[in-house]
Amino acid sequence: MKAWHFSETAYPYLPPDSEFESIRVSLPNRIYDPKKGAALYDRFIEEWQIAEEEGIEIMLNEHHQTATCVDPAAPLLLAALARVTKTARLLILGNPIANRRQPVRVAEEMAFVDVLSHGRLEAGFVRGVPYEISAGNSNPVRTNERFAEALDLIIKAWTSHDGPFSHEGRFFHHRQVNIWPRPYQAPHPPVWISTTTPSGAMRVGAQGFVQATFLTGYDGTRRVYDAYRRGWREAGRGQEVPIDRLAYAALIYVGESEAEARAGAEKIMWYIRANKVPQHFSFPPGYAPPQTLARIMRGDVGDQHANFSAQATVEGVINAGLMMAGTPDQVYAQIRKIYDHVGGFGHLLIMGQAGFLEHDETVLSIRNFARYVLPRLKAEMPDAAISGFSAAAQ
Amino acid sequence: MSRPAAITREMITLAGIEIELFECGNGTPLLFLHGAQGFMPEQPYVGLLAQHRRLLAPSHPGFGASGLPLWLDSIDDIAHLYLELMDSRSLARVDVVGCSLGGWIAAEIATKTPERIGRLALVGPVGVKLGPSNKLDIPDIFAMPQEKVAQLVFHDVEKERLDVAQLTDEQLTTIARNRETTALLTWEPWMHNPKLRHRLHRVTAPTLFIRGASDGLVSQSYVHGYAKLIPNARVTTIAAAGHAPQLEQPEEFARILFAFLDA
Repeated sequence: MKAWHFSETAYPYLPPDSEFESIRVSLPNRIYDPKKGAALYDRFIEEWQIAEEEGIEIMLNEHHQTATCVDPAAPLLLAALARVTKTARLLILGNPIANRRQPVRVAEEMAFVDVLSHGRLEAGFVRGVPYEISAGNSNPVRTNERFAEALDLIIKAWTSHDGPFSHEGRFFHHRQVNIWPRPYQAPHPPVWISTTTPSGAMRVGAQGFVQATFLTGYDGTRRVYDAYRRGWREAGRGQEVPIDRLAYAALIYVGESEAEARAGAEKIMWYIRANKVPQHFSFPPGYAPPQTLARIMRGDVGDQHANFSAQATVEGVINAGLMMAGTPDQVYAQIRKIYDHVGGFGHLLIMGQAGFLEHDETVLSIRNFARYVLPRLKAEMPDAAISGFSAAAQ
Repeated sequence: MSRPAAITREMITLAGIEIELFECGNGTPLLFLHGAQGFMPEQPYVGLLAQHRRLLAPSHPGFGASGLPLWLDSIDDIAHLYLELMDSRSLARVDVVGCSLGGWIAAEIATKTPERIGRLALVGPVGVKLGPSNKLDIPDIFAMPQEKVAQLVFHDVEKERLDVAQLTDEQLTTIARNRETTALLTWEPWMHNPKLRHRLHRVTAPTLFIRGASDGLVSQSYVHGYAKLIPNARVTTIAAAGHAPQLEQPEEFARILFAFLDA
């Protein structure tokens, strides 16, 4: 088991959410104080360095025009981290390539960071959440198709070493592709893809990339992993799906006492509670199928997220498998439970900082996790394990 | 008022795409190009237009029951498709009415083959960029609540607001798909083809711009600026109507339209 410290580098100093329409896309940036922002970056980078010292890997991501994640150019932050860390793997999850106009540029950025970090890059790719559409001025229609073409082009750019090739696709055109530097790792950095749907996971499984899923809980995660394993087997990759192909992201807070853990868990809930976004940014036309949007128009799905956010409690999200919080023993047991339910995973992506969780509190949980939980996970959930269920268990 | 003419619906193939085509009425053909809401044959203006003409109303690719191939992504593509429709129906020359983004399609067609357009009526059309770069000519309907969009579109929102409870799942899905295709076609550049304004001088057809006085999407100055780009064009306004005067004032709309087409 590998553990990854993930921070969205949020900017939490906001007015009450009754005073704005949306925390994403349209929140005026006059609210953002660059001096406070600079101090936050210093702090978040230090937390990643501490995670590395404790034997935890590093993960970051990218969002645009939002206070929830002030990292609009994740490769830049990744480059900084490549220079202030020495051993940790560096996961970007991910590059929103359905919204990036030049996939070859993305291939260059990733190869650059891979060399800069002496081969520590784990290159993740995402379609991008719906609220990125307006921020990127990206056409919301055909994002899956653009994603697929961009990913193929990026991998080809990484793995072609004999001078320029040309690409004239449906969405992207480039006549002289010949990137410098080429990636440090051969044939290329490990590729990760996040998806929360079974149909998406089938495709990722067929391609054999690492599949990450975020906050999908017990049954949702199992459905995604089952689909991944099915895709893997049907593509002829063999019956055994290595456990290091699967990753799960959850909110995690480890305290020395239950009371300490509870206080940290409440603060981490900001992730879920602060995401105020109106429907026109959450459900742009074309991002979801018309059948889904029709149900939303009827009000069947509409404010599901808003209701969920408003009603979410620490107990509720722990019971749903979205959060692990408590003493080291309790957190271990919670991880064990979802691990067994979904057929195992090789990577735990720890959403370990949010909102007003202060530096000392963040570091305390990182250390408690690394020292009292992670060794048990490494011993009992080995990287060489096979994912899925034995015939007897099924 | 005579009985409403029977409406036929068939699927035809244009450039390999299955296209839904409605036909109605007798007389001189009139090509009707719908707006972002799609073509709904039950709406009263359809029968009024068909009293005077043989109405041909295709559902644009990605609207109604029409297909949408992966290669197609622009209003210009659709303009070419309808030139093919005119060929297949042996319409050497035809009058065209286009509403909203249908008006944009009609304007594109008229710049390509001016000689094939008899008279041209553009109803709250989009398609050109006239104002400064730091101000949208057409409001961003995808960055506001649906209720706000309805207020911009209609003169009388209370009367025209969609009653979701009265619609089937299939109808709602069609509405959602029409919105998706609208986004695909208009997203960038927003609601316009930067080249179109430099081509409109080619239009030879007498052209009438019709605008609902309460249209919150297409402003009066936009319509007048658009009309100035076409040599033989004028503007008329329909009171107590918004972006779709054919829906809110069908009789006045038909009267004004035929006064122009039959002049």
